Amino acid sequence: MSEYLIKNGHVFDPVQGIKGDKKDIAIKDGKIVDKVSSDAKVIDAKGRTVMAGAVEIHAHIAGPKVNMGRIYRPEDKLFSCTPTKGMERMGGGYSIPTTFKTGYEYAKMGYTTAMEAAMPPLFSRHVHEEIRDTPIIDEGAFPVFGNNWFVMEYLKNNEIENTAAYVAWLLRATKGYAVKLVNPGGTEAWAWGLNCLSVNDPVPYFDITPAEIIKGLIEANEFLGLPHSIHIHPNNLGNPGNYTTTLDTLKLAEGYKAKNKFGREQVMHLTHAQFHSYGGETWANFESKAKEITDYVNRNKNITIDTGNVTLDETTTMTADGPFEHHLTELNHLKWANIDVELETGSGVVPYIYSPNISVCAIQWAIGLELALMTKDSMRCFITTDHPNAGPFTRYPRVIKWLMSAKAREAQINAFKHKDKVLSASSIGSLDREITLYELAQMTRAGPAKSLGLTHICGGLKPGMDADVVVYDFNPEKPVASPDLIEKAFSRAAHVFKNGVEVVQNGEIVSNGNKRTLWVDAKVKENPQVMRDINDKFLKFYSMTQANYEALGHHFIPNPLAIEVDATQV
Amino acid sequence: METVTITMKNQPALYLEADNVSPDVFAGKTAAQIADLHVFEGNAKGKLGAYFDVNGNAGATAADTRIVVKGDVKKVKYLGMKMSAGEVVVEGSTDQYAGAWMSGGKMVVRGNAEAFAATAMKGGELVIEGNAGNYLGAAYRGDWRGMSGGKILVKGNAGSDVGMYMLGGEIAINGNVDVHVATHAEGGRVIIKGNAKSKIGGQLVDGEIIIFGSIDVMMPGFKYVDDKELEVDGAKAKFAHYIGDTGERHKKRKGQMIYGNLYKKI
Amino acid sequence: MTKTVTDVICPFCGTLCDDVEVVISDDGKQLLEVYNACVIGTEKFLHSQSKDRVTRPRMHQPDGTWKEVSYDEAAEYTAQMLAKAKKPLMFGWSSTNCEAQSVGNEIAEISKACCDNTAATCHGTSLIAIQDIGLPSCTLGEIKNRADRIIFWGCNPAHAHPRHMSRYSIFPRGFFTGKGQMSRKMIVVDPRVTDTAKMADIHLQVEQGRDYELLNALRVAFRGEWLPDVVAGIPKEKIRETADLCKSGRFGIIFFGMGVTQSISKNHNIDEAIAVTKDLNEYTKFSIMPMRGHYNVTGSGEVFAWQFGFPYSVDLTRGFARYNPGDTSTIDLLTRGEIDAMFTIGSDPGAHFPISAVKPIANMPSVCIDPHLTPTSGVSKLHVPVAFNGVECGGNCYRMDNVPIDCRKVVEPPAGMLTDEQFLIKVRDRLKQLKGAA
Repeated sequence: MSEYLIKNGHVFDPVQGIKGDKKDIAIKDGKIVDKVSSDAKVIDAKGRTVMAGAVEIHAHIAGPKVNMGRIYRPEDKLFSCTPTKGMERMGGGYSIPTTFKTGYEYAKMGYTTAMEAAMPPLFSRHVHEEIRDTPIIDEGAFPVFGNNWFVMEYLKNNEIENTAAYVAWLLRATKGYAVKLVNPGGTEAWAWGLNCLSVNDPVPYFDITPAEIIKGLIEANEFLGLPHSIHIHPNNLGNPGNYTTTLDTLKLAEGYKAKNKFGREQVMHLTHAQFHSYGGETWANFESKAKEITDYVNRNKNITIDTGNVTLDETTTMTADGPFEHHLTELNHLKWANIDVELETGSGVVPYIYSPNISVCAIQWAIGLELALMTKDSMRCFITTDHPNAGPFTRYPRVIKWLMSAKAREAQINAFKHKDKVLSASSIGSLDREITLYELAQMTRAGPAKSLGLTHICGGLKPGMDADVVVYDFNPEKPVASPDLIEKAFSRAAHVFKNGVEVVQNGEIVSNGNKRTLWVDAKVKENPQVMRDINDKFLKFYSMTQANYEALGHHFIPNPLAIEVDATQV
Repeated sequence: METVTITMKNQPALYLEADNVSPDVFAGKTAAQIADLHVFEGNAKGKLGAYFDVNGNAGATAADTRIVVKGDVKKVKYLGMKMSAGEVVVEGSTDQYAGAWMSGGKMVVRGNAEAFAATAMKGGELVIEGNAGNYLGAAYRGDWRGMSGGKILVKGNAGSDVGMYMLGGEIAINGNVDVHVATHAEGGRVIIKGNAKSKIGGQLVDGEIIIFGSIDVMMPGFKYVDDKELEVDGAKAKFAHYIGDTGERHKKRKGQMIYGNLYKKI
Repeated sequence: MTKTVTDVICPFCGTLCDDVEVVISDDGKQLLEVYNACVIGTEKFLHSQSKDRVTRPRMHQPDGTWKEVSYDEAAEYTAQMLAKAKKPLMFGWSSTNCEAQSVGNEIAEISKACCDNTAATCHGTSLIAIQDIGLPSCTLGEIKNRADRIIFWGCNPAHAHPRHMSRYSIFPRGFFTGKGQMSRKMIVVDPRVTDTAKMADIHLQVEQGRDYELLNALRVAFRGEWLPDVVAGIPKEKIRETADLCKSGRFGIIFFGMGVTQSISKNHNIDEAIAVTKDLNEYTKFSIMPMRGHYNVTGSGEVFAWQFGFPYSVDLTRGFARYNPGDTSTIDLLTRGEIDAMFTIGSDPGAHFPISAVKPIANMPSVCIDPHLTPTSGVSKLHVPVAFNGVECGGNCYRMDNVPIDCRKVVEPPAGMLTDEQFLIKVRDRLKQLKGAA
């Protein structure tokens, strides 16, 4: 296989603690190596920034609700489609790109691994078909567990081992990566038109609280020793004053320690924290509580978060928090899609326009940035837009610009119609911190990789790791003439390598590489009771047979990478 | 104003997509440069000059440019698409998307226009002297923001789905109209001098519909309130006044529901 | 000796029953018996065994006879046809699997064609409505486990989706519906007294062409507003009674079909039905679901959408995707004389389209991929028979509620026959050569 030598670049690698030193990065046979032969192709990285491929920890890019978004928003594609060009398939979709476009756009920005944030298990075949049709980037998907009938029944009786056995079975049946919770309990309540807005609201019929579900799944996750922790979208998303629910949720992790062989240190990952950091009681006195959230996260080291930055675009919200989406359509009267999934979960889709002229939207923008700027440990706070909920992932370079340049933030604040309200409802005006490139590498590479338990594979440039390497046309030694140049540099990488294959050159796709689907294969002791319960529910309540539910043949996942976990000795 | 005349000389075997025929695209170009602009017949890219004789140079800007289209253009789509200023005169009938997405200027079709004329119109004026096809002044698929400004006049009849998702502007039809008028509208005004069929104002949030002729079947969501005298087009007449769609959501002002209004001439 | 294959998915209608059992001969070549499927599904499996199947491609000769050609020759003709056409149309896709649909998409992109599926004459109008107003829906298991108000509007599942009521919507005893049909109220809206209507607790015999008005009246009734005495032939008292029955349930569902998708108003009917559903969510829980016809038209929509961005009527002629039914939809393309080559697969437009749309197919280069002899194969220049998907080869399909189920191969196809996917791959590879594509 090919050898490459990326010479003289300014390397930012938190895995090895390299903070911009000029270093050569050597690639051979798909891995980073110490050195290569003189036959190696040389890439000149002089005056440029070199990082590992970025890791997207949470985006909605593959699956039934994503595709519902595509189907029901032809206007998202009007006049903005890209033509077939050389090896690039045609693409379309501003807020919900088609699968080919998704792969290309991530790769062009230097992203090489992405996690689909929520997989409804019944639809695993759909999720994997879309993942297969997303070129270049490695992907995994998180099956949702927080409203699952098996989970609620086992946890009602405090049966952690049974819960763990079920989790292991479902991860295997769906080739899933991690334990995702979305509005725990609330989406099951939504199947009756109800919701759980606090961690103590009992779920109708199942009579278990979100707190019990969350704690139970933390315990099951650590029982198994999975690479990632539970990944949670807490109850009460999007409502003024919801920061108290968020703190209640975070506190449930107190006293738990991460148990795993992957270097993961957190027991809970709080996702799109921006949507969960709201104060005030109504939209009129809506305000930021980012400080309260970051204070807690700063003090409690067993938590990681991702931001969910608002990008001030017209976009499409989509989430397994079905009742929230119904609430949103009642507010903005835009078209509402909803898909409740038997025994498992639900979802909703509603377009949304984050207008800079609306003070609430502007304050949301501020909150997302505050979270990043006020979190002390950049290895525990990752940049996302909860794509496409707070904005399209193609805006990451703009978010990076806002984080790295106080001047750029100021310009945006001055452009707000209700600037004064934004400044009084948040502390964005007083934050002058500018994220450094090293911190950026922590927040977009090493941090998410570590949180996902993938430190040994990606997120860094240590010899032995996969050769996912990115060269940006950004000179760390020269002062930036204008913040817009930051956005430009991070929009189109000069070179991107995925598993040692050059996939992007000067912002253009030059190879589709050989993407992999990451999933977790957790082995547990045989558990006849859980198997019997599974057989029983398929016989009586599912609308599909168990054999067909478990059918996930090779044509769905042509290139799997199973992360093995042995929990048989627990 | 400078005039560019394009005359059909070679009928396409299929249909022609002439989205480059607009004052905005022609502006600043000579006849030769205009003849060099691309047109599409299916996936085959060709030059405008292969299908049309091009005479005259364009003005420096769109506002200074007048385009006259002669010959049989019944198989030509997208004439006047996205124009923001200037004039387009089609001397016969044309196909779909006449003046679609226009935001200014004036377009006249001396014959009929097929479906999707003036899609999502933002401003300007479109006159169709013959009949208009379906979806006149309607929104693009999936978009809740339809026509928001400008004026459309159809001297003949119009098809179905006139003014769907309309937000503003005015559509006037001198002849008759087919089913579904101003469905989902949230503003704007539709005037029908001839007869309407049914499904008028379905799911209307706000807006105004004035019908001079007959209505075959009224939507149940329209409730008669009173008789009103209105002046339309310089002439006064008495109309039965209905509000609706009472099955749909409406905005409130000072605690009062703001309904759309439908007027039917008595 | 025989073998029984279980968990077989029936490849006929959108109900996509997956509990079928098929008995095959030991050598896997003969299909002997079918259990659990309805009469239509059973016939789908059994008729694949008929001895007079066409097993090789054949070209229509100028004198009207057919001449057998090889699959390679057939792929050559198809690739040449697509390469030369200025605006070819690739239609159908609804009775084949997603893997084949995906190869078809590649071909359409390379040849810059229009591509469309049977939604164009079926639930395409539902998709238009969904694009305008959304879709509050759920999976079929939710109906089985929770629903106590079932509305069939403009559809006749007793005939068109025979096992729907027993597997999902009326009879099953689900988790919260232990009393089966006794825990449910059924409403049928249909101008006809169908076999489905005969089962209903309330049958609203709506005046033809007035579904939109009746749906509007329901919304008016929800808000307690004034109603005329009669709407769509239904007295206002009955309308209010129906509205109250819907509101009083704890989980309702509206299933709908061609009666409203393809009668006057079309997408507006569905739009207003979705609005009714959305309104009902202010009082209780309600969902709505289209009764998809072909067993994988939903899949075609899904694959088109994730690869091109639109669920049907996709125009790729400019090198990027465009969509606007009325312009890019098959009937319009055919009747207006917009296309110059026709490729049909997994559908039978010859049987279902207006004759004015079928006639042009006879006058242009045309290919029909179908195991059967159909009106479409009859008017096409080339007929390519393929293995029956879901019987003789497997592949992913999507049910009417968008749930993906991987169809199984039950029995071997006749010797030497290709599957859709295999033939399409031949076409694609030859087309790439002709176009010099990357």
